Amino acid sequence: MLSNGLVSAAYIAASVLFILSLGGLSNQESAKRAIWYGIVGMAIAILATVLSPGIQNLALIVVAVAAGAFVGQYVAARVKMTEMPQLVAALHSFVGLAAVFIGLNADIMLNAVTEMREAGMALEEAGLTAFGEKLWKKDATEIAILKVEVFLGIVIGAITFTGSVVAFGKLAGKVSGKPKKLMLPSEKMPLPVISGHWLNAIATVACLVLGFLYLDGSGIWTMVVVSLVAGFIGWHLIMGIGGADMPVVVSMLNSYSGWAAAAIGFTLGNDLLIVTGALVGSSGAILSYIMCRAMNRHFVSVILGGFGGDGGPAAEIAGEQIAIDADGVATALGEAESIIIVPGYGMAVAQAQASVSELTRKLRAQGKDVRFAIHPVAGRLPGHMDVLLAEAKVPYDIVLEMDEINEDFPDTDVSIVIGSNDIVNPAAQDDPNSPIAGMPVLEVWKSKQVFVSKRGQGTGYAGIENPLFYKENTRMFYGDAKDSVNSLLPKIE
Amino acid sequence: MKVGVPKEVASGEARVAMTPASARDLQKLGYACLVQEGAGVAAGFGDAEYSEAGAKVVTGDAVWGDADVVAKVQPPTETEAAALSRGQTLISFVYPAANEKLLEIARDNGANVIAIDMVPRISRAQKMDALSSMANIAGYRAVIEAGSNFGRFFTGQITAAGKVPPAKILVVGAGVAGLAAIGTATSLGAITYAFDVRPEVAEQIESMGAEFVALEFDDQQQDGAATGGYAAPSSPEFREKQLEKFRELAPEMDIVITTALIPNRDAPILWTRDMVEAMKPGSVIVDLAAERGGNCELTEKDEKVVTDNGVTIVGYTDFPSRMAAQSSLLYATNVRHMIADLTPERNGEVVHDMEDDVIRGATVTFGGEITYPPPPPKVQAIAAQPAKASPREQTPEERKAGELAAFKEATKRQVALLVVGGLLMLLVGSYAPASFMQHFIVFALAVFVGFQVIWNVQHALHTPLMSVTNAISGIIIVGALLQIGAVHWVVVFLSFVSVLIASINVVGGFLVTRRMLAMFQKS
Repeated sequence: MLSNGLVSAAYIAASVLFILSLGGLSNQESAKRAIWYGIVGMAIAILATVLSPGIQNLALIVVAVAAGAFVGQYVAARVKMTEMPQLVAALHSFVGLAAVFIGLNADIMLNAVTEMREAGMALEEAGLTAFGEKLWKKDATEIAILKVEVFLGIVIGAITFTGSVVAFGKLAGKVSGKPKKLMLPSEKMPLPVISGHWLNAIATVACLVLGFLYLDGSGIWTMVVVSLVAGFIGWHLIMGIGGADMPVVVSMLNSYSGWAAAAIGFTLGNDLLIVTGALVGSSGAILSYIMCRAMNRHFVSVILGGFGGDGGPAAEIAGEQIAIDADGVATALGEAESIIIVPGYGMAVAQAQASVSELTRKLRAQGKDVRFAIHPVAGRLPGHMDVLLAEAKVPYDIVLEMDEINEDFPDTDVSIVIGSNDIVNPAAQDDPNSPIAGMPVLEVWKSKQVFVSKRGQGTGYAGIENPLFYKENTRMFYGDAKDSVNSLLPKIE
Repeated sequence: MKVGVPKEVASGEARVAMTPASARDLQKLGYACLVQEGAGVAAGFGDAEYSEAGAKVVTGDAVWGDADVVAKVQPPTETEAAALSRGQTLISFVYPAANEKLLEIARDNGANVIAIDMVPRISRAQKMDALSSMANIAGYRAVIEAGSNFGRFFTGQITAAGKVPPAKILVVGAGVAGLAAIGTATSLGAITYAFDVRPEVAEQIESMGAEFVALEFDDQQQDGAATGGYAAPSSPEFREKQLEKFRELAPEMDIVITTALIPNRDAPILWTRDMVEAMKPGSVIVDLAAERGGNCELTEKDEKVVTDNGVTIVGYTDFPSRMAAQSSLLYATNVRHMIADLTPERNGEVVHDMEDDVIRGATVTFGGEITYPPPPPKVQAIAAQPAKASPREQTPEERKAGELAAFKEATKRQVALLVVGGLLMLLVGSYAPASFMQHFIVFALAVFVGFQVIWNVQHALHTPLMSVTNAISGIIIVGALLQIGAVHWVVVFLSFVSVLIASINVVGGFLVTRRMLAMFQKS
């Protein structure tokens, strides 16, 4: 058994290690070391907690941790890198669910402890856990604050849970990626139409009312209902957000899972939970901010779903898309000195990263300057493309982000766009009426020649025509990205 | 139909409008070819070569009489024009603005005359833009001509016999001829400077390896794109500035090549007498604008003169003809492309389509009418330059003031945030019990640290960041561990589930992050 002082010391050590493990992500090499800080920190935190005074049911704990660890390592070893977004979303949902459970537990224990105390039982006889003892000693104000914390923990946890489940479904392709909102039919309702936003607002008000009832002493049923209503909000909110906004959604849920943990930390009076939750929460918040800025959209408009009102007709595009075959692309690549590849979600879908990597290797072997340009919101997860390229053994020092490489396009002989669309759309700069006007984009059209590998003539996620495809220096290389790139490989020697 | 090429009658004209190679191509278009005896001799193409290529060698009268399409280089003389017959097509340089008489004769004869010098400057017509192809040769030849009159090396050398400084060449006017001259001069090793009134060509000049001589002048010059890629006359103030700059450069320059022409005007005088006098003895001026009076005040058309201070001024106007073999090849190709455009069916029948921008633009008489000047082409020659709002250079004071204002703004914002935050803290603090405040301090600090740390995370590592935060948010397991007591079976069950799923998070998150990070490899 460790003393309380020792446990606190362990928690301090764990907090510091967590901060170091996040700070280490500032570059690839130090990150490899930093991950160990995180693992050690977590081990210290869990061991210290298990060995702290007032822990019961040790056997159950061992069983649960062992089962969880088994599932965790199984998933971690099996997951494909293209499935990372789904995995991240699934893991968020676990944190949310745990937060709801712990919040409910706190209330149940509070009631039980209060009963025991009022029955005149002595603290020593009650046989409480450490948390139970803390509850025993709380006065009326502290209990009120505790209830607020429980309420917040449950609301954030429930939203995170259902939201992450929906995000998982969308990313895994089990739920349609299109934005959807419930619309109650007008005949049944006195109001003209209850739109999705109103539904969310009503649910939020309901949560608040239930919260006040709970503070007033209405019992645990209010919290159960709150978790259901908040769960509805999470589900409905994320259903309304489209596939390309997923980087924002996932990082937002990341943030929520952190805040949920922090709220639970307050409930339990545990500083380690508070610190860790705050770290994760702020990390997710910053990621969401970066993603929103990369799409030139306001956080609120992303969360409220769909693209905002239209500001006038988008410019008509004249011209036609000119196709090219593998021989043409191979010849152009053979003559090019400098090449920039712009990958997008389409590359992930077609699993083309290995072929792209092979193409890169061959071109580099011929002494050509091959680089990758990554838009911040390429893919479905912040940094998704970097991970896929790393998996395919593309060296990370030729993978550059938008701000680093955008100025180099005019000096580039050939740009290859693989499975991305909106992030290379010149309309974002040229057409003020375009729905994506003002979004920073990769200026591929400034290079001498552009090849676009694309499945067909359709528009991108946003349903916006892409004038790039009609430009004079653009050639369309139709077909599945993987097959297309593979067909190039034998022609480049 | 027949395409005929007469021998050029102008003295000193060595070019010919058809080469054996172009004769072969014309036959593929379905035409029969007629060549006057000896037409190509001066350019190095003997009659036998033409016969071998399938062309018929005939007398001059036969060409004018039999051919449906007559192609030549120089504008027709009045005698030649008079020989044109109704429906006959003539393709040659015409300079219609200066040769009204010629147009009238052709109109009266009912001949259709295509002035190859009037081909509009659009991308599609580049293949028949004889002005450009000839200007290219003139630019090259100008440098060679300058070199043969210049007593020294172009390139700098340090030899055992002493040091040779490189020649300094100034090219005025960076059109096709100017750019060709720049290219030739730089490849011979000279230090080349170039000037043009159109600021947008600075990039082209630099791409050829010369230094752009910039003027400091506020008024934006008219965009060259508006005048089909040619320069427009400049304002007197601009001209003053320009001459001032030239005066400054004159003593340093060894060779000056002037190519400044404005369509349908006399050449502007850009190199005045005093500039010539300021130049070093042995320097050379080649004036490519001599045809139109010359850019140099002392130029004499078709002559080479040496001034009193030993500066050679070359005023030849026949640079392309001095390289007749090369220029005939290019000119014949231009003519062949023009004929190809006149023969859309490739069947040897001329279809003179006056709806076609290029053909309409170049046609000066058609069906008994003078059709010069043509209406403006439907297609803009060159995309207009986007108006550049050049950011004004800020004075140090302004910059300082701007920085100060930004600093004040940032201070104000920070102070405001701190005040609002502080008030909120006070509010919370005055109601919440001390035990809560302790945790709250920890929370606020942790958020602060989190923001500081996460901003430094590299963009490429955002996915590992998410998975590692996933793992450490599994810290919620600690909460469940604290609760897993015997108060109620529901509590035990819920805690058990929480511990389980949180462990998935911890283990899965860390392992997958490790897997990802291991994949990042340097080349």
